[in-house]
Amino acid sequence: MQSNKSKKGIQWDKYMVYVIFVVVFVLFAVVLGDEGFLNPNNLINILRQTAMISIMAIAGTFVMAAGQIDLTVGSVTAMTAMIAALIIQSTDNIILAVAAGVGFGCAVGMINGLLVTRLKLPAFLATLGMMQIVRGAAMWITDTAAVPIGNAAFNKIFGIGSVAGIPVLILWTILFYIAGILLFNKTAFGRHTLATGGNEMSAIYSGIKTAKVKVIAFTMSGAFAAFAGIMYAGRMQAGRYSYGDGDEMSVIASVVLGGTSMAGGTGSVIGALFGSILMGMINNALILAGLSSAQQTMVKGAIIILAVAISNLTQRKKER
Amino acid sequence: MADYILEMRGIEKSFGVPVLKNVDFRLKKGEVHALVGGNGAGKSTLMKIMTGVYSKDLGSILVDGQEKQIHDTHDARKNGIGMIFQELSLVPTMTVAENIYLGEEIVSKGLRDTRYMNRRAGEVLEELGIDVDPQAKVSSLSVGLSQMVEIAKAVAKEAAILVFDEPTASLSEAETRQLFKMIGNLKEKGVSMVYISHRMSEIMEIADSITILRDGTVVHVGAIADIDLDGIIAHMIGGTSDKKFDWVERKIDKSGADILTVEHLKVNAQIEDISFSLKKGEILGFAGLMGSGRTEIVETLFGLRSKMAGTIKLKGAQINPKSSKEAVDAGFALIPEDRRQKGLVLIHSVKENAILPIVSRLRAKGIFVDEKAADQIVENNIRQLNVRTDGIDKRINLLSGGNQQKIVIAKWLNMSTEIMMLDEPTAGVDVGAKAEIIDLIRGFADTGKGVIFISSELTELMAVCDRIMILYDGRISGELERKDIKTEEELQYAIQQK
Repeated sequence: MQSNKSKKGIQWDKYMVYVIFVVVFVLFAVVLGDEGFLNPNNLINILRQTAMISIMAIAGTFVMAAGQIDLTVGSVTAMTAMIAALIIQSTDNIILAVAAGVGFGCAVGMINGLLVTRLKLPAFLATLGMMQIVRGAAMWITDTAAVPIGNAAFNKIFGIGSVAGIPVLILWTILFYIAGILLFNKTAFGRHTLATGGNEMSAIYSGIKTAKVKVIAFTMSGAFAAFAGIMYAGRMQAGRYSYGDGDEMSVIASVVLGGTSMAGGTGSVIGALFGSILMGMINNALILAGLSSAQQTMVKGAIIILAVAISNLTQRKKER
Repeated sequence: MADYILEMRGIEKSFGVPVLKNVDFRLKKGEVHALVGGNGAGKSTLMKIMTGVYSKDLGSILVDGQEKQIHDTHDARKNGIGMIFQELSLVPTMTVAENIYLGEEIVSKGLRDTRYMNRRAGEVLEELGIDVDPQAKVSSLSVGLSQMVEIAKAVAKEAAILVFDEPTASLSEAETRQLFKMIGNLKEKGVSMVYISHRMSEIMEIADSITILRDGTVVHVGAIADIDLDGIIAHMIGGTSDKKFDWVERKIDKSGADILTVEHLKVNAQIEDISFSLKKGEILGFAGLMGSGRTEIVETLFGLRSKMAGTIKLKGAQINPKSSKEAVDAGFALIPEDRRQKGLVLIHSVKENAILPIVSRLRAKGIFVDEKAADQIVENNIRQLNVRTDGIDKRINLLSGGNQQKIVIAKWLNMSTEIMMLDEPTAGVDVGAKAEIIDLIRGFADTGKGVIFISSELTELMAVCDRIMILYDGRISGELERKDIKTEEELQYAIQQK
């Protein structure tokens, strides 16, 4: 009996997100059923709205499992949307627009990685600075003017279209998650990432180039954020400097809710998906319940604190 | 006035197994008292009881003739007992004066009286002959000076008894001289000191009296003038030499080519001109005192430090590993000294730890890890190395030290390792697992591979090595064929010589 109990205690952080997910879902279904929470359109809407956060949370899991943090993702979505919109506007070439946008994301991620590994800056400060630079650049490039996207194909593929009744945003999310889960759980790189975050010294003594692991994780994070930016652009049919404002916090909260420790060394990609949908669900419920956007923001903040508190508690349980 | 400033009577302590058995220790006022013994003899435990880090099971402690209860380090300090820790306990980002008064800041009108503390700290430093600006940041000081500041900190708190635990391990020759001068000054001021060291020459020079411990009991107490180096070594080793680790002479093809040749390797300013070679199937021991450069040399071979000069040849081909990955790819393995910090990811499972170096080579289809093969490898490791665990998915930190260490070794048995370097592989490992690990190393060498074995436990070096290289202050000071070493005393004696 006793050993059963302690086993549950160790596993609690792994399954926490699913338990909370089910509890919150049932709660909303009962309380907000009359407001249309369970309406299939509403549920699909939740998934659509969280698609960008969900995709960024995949790479966020790698970054945080490696013991790092990336605050640039929100601003990268904005700058990528601007780049893609401007290229569509001038050349009408979708492939060029996507390649340039993702290339930009990779570049920002790589710079983050090099700042952390070469200049030994703490990830928090390096990406905080980069966040400001990128956000500023997104404002500066058109002097804060929005850039409409007239290419219907682009908008359909990345934002508003659907295949067999399933919105493309959800299809992209599924595609990225399959890739992310395989990469994290099934490849040597996933193991190296966890070892880097779990005990960098041991990883180095095991012949792993931990600096390379970190640079790849940051580059991935930039690339995934760039793709999320392209999705924002497609969905809104325009590039705007204000996209993704505060997304970095939502991503971190999703990843931590999903069972990835802030200290690194543990992580779950599928957990991050549930974490992000959980956040989207709560958002949606707050709107249905008639809360103002000011009130929503406050609740979001409370969720982040809760997520980190639970992460810390389970961490402490482990140390005991 | 009592005869002794400090007296420990009938001290007993056990951590499951008895570590101290009815130990008496007496310290006179104003003397330097050397505390000597092999690894695990109980020196550190005894001093930790005196300074309140551990509590005793039995016995009494008298300070100035009066019995005192020392429950924690705070009690010890109240009684004037200070310890100079091996790992410095200074805050590097604060100034010297701030560190000296840390936790006992002088306050006037609710604010820290910085000026007074700087002046007073300056006076203490000057009295001790330490040339340091009290307002300098500790991070800007050398290791030696930091240690001096650590001592000043204890003196400023009016410690009457100071404990030094291997104080010179990381000091240069000049810094050691300065430390000794300071110890002389303190002695004149009536401070009593306990001096723990493995360096007998230092003890002969600086100590007034000596207590020798062996296996948790006092085997000799007396004045330093009445004993010589041979006498100390004889007492330390005594007749209890561990019979569990018998040496078995091994057949090595001495005429064959070297598997590893190192010539004139220079690691840093202290460690240089290191030349040695290793034959196929040979186990080479590195013996030496703490700070003699053993660890640094193997870390350089493993690509963790960049060498300043010299050549490394593996099977005749020159290599220059610039990272641990390059060293591993070349066929090197290093079992590091600190298992928990460097050898394992404690929050991960047995399996994840065991396959960490090899995981990038375990590919079944395309880029994915072959989990079945991985499981099989780890299952084999557990069986062959007799690892006691509930399964391969158990968290590694739940295993005992010996079983953890077997997994660290398994990591490298799974690779195509040519040269295995082991740095204190049996530290914190129980006797049974120790013998198993020694067998494992022999078995590995028997397959025609090379082994470099570092240990402070001479019994082990004597049991497992074919040849022993002796290091002193970053130079090779001697080399002995195992069959020419008759007793552990001989080896201990060799280690003490420059």
